[in-house]
Amino acid sequence: MIDTESGKTALMLETRQLECVRDDRLLFTDLSIKLAAGEILQIEGANGSGKTSLLRILCGLRRAEEGDVYWQGEKVSQVREDFYASMVYIGHLPCIKGDLTTLENIQSLLDTRSQSAPIEEIDEALAKVGLAGFDDVPSKALSSGQRRRILLAFLFLTKAKLWIMDEPLTALDVQGVELVESMLMEHRETGGSAVFTTHHGMQLPCEMSSVTLGKGQGSKC
Amino acid sequence: MLKAFYHLLARDLRLAFRSRHELANPLIFFVLVVSLFPLAVTPSADLLMVMAPGVIWVSALLSVLLSLDRLFKQDYEDGSLDQLMLSPNPLVILVLAKVFAHWLLTGLPLVLIAPLLGMFMYVPDEAISTLIFSLLLGTPVLSLVGAIGVSLTVAVNRGGVLLSLIILPLYIPILIFGANAVDVASDGMSVRGQLLFLAAVLALAISLAPLATAVALRITASR
Amino acid sequence: MFKRIWGWIQRFSSPKHFYSISGKMIPWFAISAIFLGVYGLYMGLFVAPTDYQQGESYRIIFIHVPAAWMSMFIYVVMAVSAGIGLIWQIKLADMIAAASAPIGAWFTFIALVTGSLWGKPMWGAYWVWDARLTSELILLFLYFGYMALQSSIEDQRTADKASGLLAIVGVVNIPIIHYSVQWWNTLHQGATVSKLDKPSMHVDMLIPLLVMAIAAKLFYAAIVLVRARNQVLYRERNRQWVRELVEKL
Repeated sequence: MIDTESGKTALMLETRQLECVRDDRLLFTDLSIKLAAGEILQIEGANGSGKTSLLRILCGLRRAEEGDVYWQGEKVSQVREDFYASMVYIGHLPCIKGDLTTLENIQSLLDTRSQSAPIEEIDEALAKVGLAGFDDVPSKALSSGQRRRILLAFLFLTKAKLWIMDEPLTALDVQGVELVESMLMEHRETGGSAVFTTHHGMQLPCEMSSVTLGKGQGSKC
Repeated sequence: MLKAFYHLLARDLRLAFRSRHELANPLIFFVLVVSLFPLAVTPSADLLMVMAPGVIWVSALLSVLLSLDRLFKQDYEDGSLDQLMLSPNPLVILVLAKVFAHWLLTGLPLVLIAPLLGMFMYVPDEAISTLIFSLLLGTPVLSLVGAIGVSLTVAVNRGGVLLSLIILPLYIPILIFGANAVDVASDGMSVRGQLLFLAAVLALAISLAPLATAVALRITASR
Repeated sequence: MFKRIWGWIQRFSSPKHFYSISGKMIPWFAISAIFLGVYGLYMGLFVAPTDYQQGESYRIIFIHVPAAWMSMFIYVVMAVSAGIGLIWQIKLADMIAAASAPIGAWFTFIALVTGSLWGKPMWGAYWVWDARLTSELILLFLYFGYMALQSSIEDQRTADKASGLLAIVGVVNIPIIHYSVQWWNTLHQGATVSKLDKPSMHVDMLIPLLVMAIAAKLFYAAIVLVRARNQVLYRERNRQWVRELVEKL
């Protein structure tokens, strides 16, 4: 959120001296990141440099070897409920049940967040991601790109302030990539922030910070 | 919180009924294993009657064990488990919902079909009700304790044998008391003690197992 | 105050510190274990009087009983240190737990073998479903489960935590298992002669038994430290201090 009086932007997510070890290998150490409202952060790095691990640490699924993650100035472990209500994580797994319809998938994903949305709003979101008319189709009949789009619709409906996305462009076509980019822009304009990793180049017509993992060290540029 | 419990329960039940053919598998397995015994040993009523409680209970145990996979496996593989762990609701409640759904889908059908198997195995009429009650109290414990094992092994490749290795020893008390209750009831004696023991273990399992499962899931997620 | 104690615990439990201290402790444990073991065995096998009921064959209890005690004791130690590792994130505690499991399994195995050897002259069969032996057998399964889980997870930290949780679940279950097996046994077997439930044991038998029990504990202490030191070296192999240590050799 932009603090109009001082002109400063509020700090959303912060990490202090994070260290991550996996399979006895030091992935990164002393990694400090600051993410303000309206800021979009791209995590870069080679395969196996710990991008996914970092994202999982950020959302609290994984514990860092050293260091902590802070949400609006408080340790995430202290404000878990609040943090999870304002954050959404999209991993590289689809989270979609083939036996459920598109609509049911979205509803059950929202249910786990203790959220709900009126049907019209869901339809609107589905139309936005190019799945209009698919709401009653069992998801196993959809292509993997279409399943990704269900997740995008869900992402949109959560109205979460912070998006944490692992490879959001996986399985998406050109229009899909554009869709993600426009969603990110829109999200940013409303004061939301996002952290994501991607192998594909993503060109956003805005300022974007980035962190490069690897070389045993996380360095912020 | 109750809502979260209900929603997850409803989702799991709906998912199970969408793939109905899988739903019957543990049940068929149960009946199949029990009917192997007369074929393998002898169809004589005297011997089967003696073996019946143990055979039925062991088969129920194995049947639950084989079905434990569906408790978390699918959710783990498609990433839904991560979403559950990022829910603002307490994980323990969600675990309880999933375990309850599992029991409704596997434990309860076993309880309901048990009288038929009792007949197959010449369990005396007066012991049938004990068979039902002991399974009713025991099978939820199997699901609850099994959930701990599954959540520890769900990320392990080919974790099936491993799961039985770590879970079966923990099932022994339930097996002993469950089978014995039916045995004693066949002799027409009171089984109050056995059923109370099963109830006590159930109470203990309901209060502790979901906690352990929640911890185990967090450990698994931190891989 | 609390902070100071905490800092002290953390310093002591740092792998490097543990490595140097344990190196000094091992010889003491090992020597006293050998001394007490030899003394206890001599007293038990040659000095203690012959049992009027069981003759000489009872003498196997000087191995069997301490082994059975250790099998339980080590499981509890394992669960407690796994709990410490899980709650306070102390790596050393995880290593102690992991190092203990095979030792505990071996003690359980010895208790089973000696128990069945003892059973042959007593019951006329190597294996009888006696409550104590059955409990030991289940305990062996619990150890196997722990070790199987520990070795099937690649990431060391995850393996420690997962198997640690299993050890804790196991330790909660042990009393229940023990009780139900006991109850099952009295039901099906009637009263078998149980080895330990003797109302009064001759002092000349009791003393070697206790000496052997202490020797077994010291032996465990020595072995677990050796194994834990190995774990430390292996897990910290990328750290500076281990590299320096290796270069010195």
